Amino acid sequence: MMLEPPVFLTVDWWAMGAVIALSVGVMLLLLLEFIPSKPNSSRSAVLSLLILGAAAYSVFRVRDAKRALFDGMLIHDGFTVFFTLLFLGVAAVAVLLSWDYVKRMRINQSEYYALLLSSTLGMIIMAASNDLITIFLGLELMSLALYVLVGFQRNRLDSNEAAMKYFLLGAFASGFLLYGIALLYGATGTTNLGRMAAFLAGSPLLGNPLLVAGSMLLLVGFAFKVAAVPFHMWTPDAYEGAPTTVTGYMSVGAKAAGFAALLRVVLLALADLQADWKPILTWIAILTMTVGNVTALLQNNLKRMLAYSSIAHAGYVLIALVAGGRDGASAALFYLAVYSLMNLGAFGVLALMGRGADERVLMSDLAGLGFRQPILGLAMAIFMISLGGIPPTAGFMGKLYVFSVAVKANLIPLVIVGVINSVISIFYYLRVTVAMYMQEPRGEPVPVSWTVPGTVGILIALALTLWWGVQAQALLVQAQKSVLGML
Amino acid sequence: MTFPWLSTIVFFPLAGAAVTVLLPKGREGLIRAWATIVAVAEVAIALPLWWRHDPRLGMQFVESRSWLPAFGANYSLGVDGISVLLVLLTVVLTAIAVVGAYAAVEKRAREFYACLLALEAGMLGTFLATDVLLFYVFWEAMLVPMYLLIGVWGGPRRIYAAVKFFLYTMAGSVLMLVAILWLYFLQRSFTGVPSFALEAFYRMPILPVTQTWLFLAFAVAFAIKVPMFPFHTWLPDAHVEAPTAGSVILAAVLLKMGTYGFVRFAMPLFPIASAELTPWIIGLSIIGIWYGALVAMVQPDLKKLVAYSSVSHLGFCMLGLFAMNTQGFTGSLLQMLNHGVSTGALFLLVGVIYERRHTRLISDFGGLWKPLPVFATIFLVVMLSSIGLPGTNGFVGEFLVLLGAFRTNPWWAALAAVGVILSAVYMLWMFQRVVFGPVTHVENENLKDLSWRERLVFVPLLILIFWMGVAPQPFIDRAEPALNRTLALMRSRAIASGKMSAANQALPDAWPMQPPPPAQEGSRR
Repeated sequence: MMLEPPVFLTVDWWAMGAVIALSVGVMLLLLLEFIPSKPNSSRSAVLSLLILGAAAYSVFRVRDAKRALFDGMLIHDGFTVFFTLLFLGVAAVAVLLSWDYVKRMRINQSEYYALLLSSTLGMIIMAASNDLITIFLGLELMSLALYVLVGFQRNRLDSNEAAMKYFLLGAFASGFLLYGIALLYGATGTTNLGRMAAFLAGSPLLGNPLLVAGSMLLLVGFAFKVAAVPFHMWTPDAYEGAPTTVTGYMSVGAKAAGFAALLRVVLLALADLQADWKPILTWIAILTMTVGNVTALLQNNLKRMLAYSSIAHAGYVLIALVAGGRDGASAALFYLAVYSLMNLGAFGVLALMGRGADERVLMSDLAGLGFRQPILGLAMAIFMISLGGIPPTAGFMGKLYVFSVAVKANLIPLVIVGVINSVISIFYYLRVTVAMYMQEPRGEPVPVSWTVPGTVGILIALALTLWWGVQAQALLVQAQKSVLGML
Repeated sequence: MTFPWLSTIVFFPLAGAAVTVLLPKGREGLIRAWATIVAVAEVAIALPLWWRHDPRLGMQFVESRSWLPAFGANYSLGVDGISVLLVLLTVVLTAIAVVGAYAAVEKRAREFYACLLALEAGMLGTFLATDVLLFYVFWEAMLVPMYLLIGVWGGPRRIYAAVKFFLYTMAGSVLMLVAILWLYFLQRSFTGVPSFALEAFYRMPILPVTQTWLFLAFAVAFAIKVPMFPFHTWLPDAHVEAPTAGSVILAAVLLKMGTYGFVRFAMPLFPIASAELTPWIIGLSIIGIWYGALVAMVQPDLKKLVAYSSVSHLGFCMLGLFAMNTQGFTGSLLQMLNHGVSTGALFLLVGVIYERRHTRLISDFGGLWKPLPVFATIFLVVMLSSIGLPGTNGFVGEFLVLLGAFRTNPWWAALAAVGVILSAVYMLWMFQRVVFGPVTHVENENLKDLSWRERLVFVPLLILIFWMGVAPQPFIDRAEPALNRTLALMRSRAIASGKMSAANQALPDAWPMQPPPPAQEGSRR
């Protein structure tokens, strides 16, 4: 009889490379604190970039492999690779944007970057999970780090308030999620997504209240994380109170991670429960888009406006989810990648506004920016145009893809709600360009804290936003390939 | 691989715009000179289309490159008899607008000219794209520079007007996007090959019920742009607030994108729906002709008057198109060109006196003939061409449109002809109050007449007015074969689509078109 090798030895360590690199990296970042340094040193940021680079390298090395790890708890496939690279890229841009911002705001650097990377680690685990338990682990790792990051400026009252709200509501959502997992486990006898799908396929239990209640609770938990209406209440406050770079990072990272897990759960494990969740997700999508966009119209604080806009964008991704199947999944992937860069770029511009420790993020603070700071203004204008879905920018391609899979799935009414919403959204995105190009500042114009790393971060986001708007083929193919192994 | 001529035409102004932004700040002279060089060079690049284009052939100088193979979308451009004239109109009018804006742009000339040139690229792309997705990209992308032109360099209510312009156009076109996607999947299930090529869409019969929905989605987008009667409210705002160059481009070219959309996309793709909805569209066109003229009559503001006259004139274009015969189509296309030339010139003229007096109210003028004889003469010619006096371009277009309308339904022609009279009323009355009579305001006595630059701007426009008025045949020869092909395409598609419907009843009654004149080459008048 052959002796089976122990499970952990069969693991492809390269496939785990990103997780290992980040775990070790976080510890290194914390240890670095023991070596004294100048107060304005950039070593934590540099080390973070190196860690992210190492993680990206190891994933990239095995990008075409498909492996189940740790007895199917984690899975390494195209989907995992896509999201891992996305999270690493987003984190890298976030590090660049934070580089001088954290110094300006007197934020403790090594802890900041350590928390940033731990939440990235959580996101990667969420995307790589093939089991409800690991999804929950990743989600908690990500969320706990973000709760702290949101409240990082502990001498600012609104930052405290934001962290408190985010934490309390987040804890509730985790509870819902866990309860849903428990019910699903009770109904199906497994937490593994693949086995759950196999159990449900053609099962007579499909109408079982336990199953339905479990999956609905699961949806509630995820809807909270991706900030879908009516579970979005925390978003504007948390986004407003958090340091701007953190807001940018969580508005794209946490959302994409939530969708990554949701996609796997809904389209893989619960695919046979479609009849139950499709109508619900349809209504959530409609509400999310409409409430997000209409409320964003009224905001004068750009962080709040972008918070509502990010809620609306979750609605567009939900359209892709409702369309379902491989098409829907790849459209969601594409949209999330595009959304991540343009939204992060917009927050990057906001992070440069103001000097010293004061943040200037009101609509009126942008007045005249377009001509005073042509490059910054142009970048912001392009991010806004892209968020509004106007060609030739990536945002248009994202919407085109999402709407096209929905038309293919014959969801014309939902698509019409979607396009009407994107017209509504144009109004508030235009307000930003109106302020930047068509209004003069009242009083002293707001100074801008130019920095090289921040500019590099914005330019990376800008370049990709434009490039994917003009030539999106590579990303399209990647998004389509990435879901092949999964579904 | 042949030289990508059409791509050069589209992207040369964009490259010029990019360079403009990099020019040193504050060197107005240099910036103007550069913008002028780019715009004139663009005319030189595009002008050979006039004689190298062969009207007997379909799409020419075709370029096609793979763009998004995952969708089956191609970067493909082509030009035929319909787009060739509109392209030439665009490049000529843009060059005129660039030169005409020398004095009017007081601030941020760099950004102004960059926007103007980028806008030109967007418009040319819209006319030249033969891939529907590419068309849509240009159609929407072009909104941004126009929005900035109105919003940054416009009048006191510029922000309101700019945002309104953007939202109206956007609201119409997103539904068109849904329709395009619907068509795309229809085409894909029909042939099995994903494609956004217009040719592929042309080859596919569509059920009449589907046609109606798709036609409505396309028609709303184009009707807003034209603008047809209930969708026109953005136009007066945009025109009044836009700077002169913006108004010229808006009137001369942008509105034509709507009518072009009808003749290139909405009508040939959905002929049965077009035929069924003809009464509605004709009704709205005639209301537009009347309404535009009546409202123009009572405007105190010159620019607003011209803006409403545009609504009226574009009503004629739509009437000609939906008469669905050779004369109507040809007249409509000529009317598009005429309106571009005449209304462009009118906006320039209003700009000229606005620069001198900083007012556009009719009541602030009077007796301009005395201080401004050259201005008044040009104004007279342009005004008469806008009315459609025989011998000027306006007459040919309107006459053909009315002829075409009469062939389909005499009542339409009769009702629309009243609009011609009304246009004479508002134009002549306005002209009388502005130019004739004694000089009623002292400020007007010492106004300077047109400078050499300003005269130069009007020369090509006046030449076009008389050329197209006296000898329109070269223009007709270029466009008519393509228009007849479009008509034939509509007919064959209507028959093919009609066969699809099980009942097959919609066809005989709802199809008003007569067979084309068989061997007769063109229809000479």
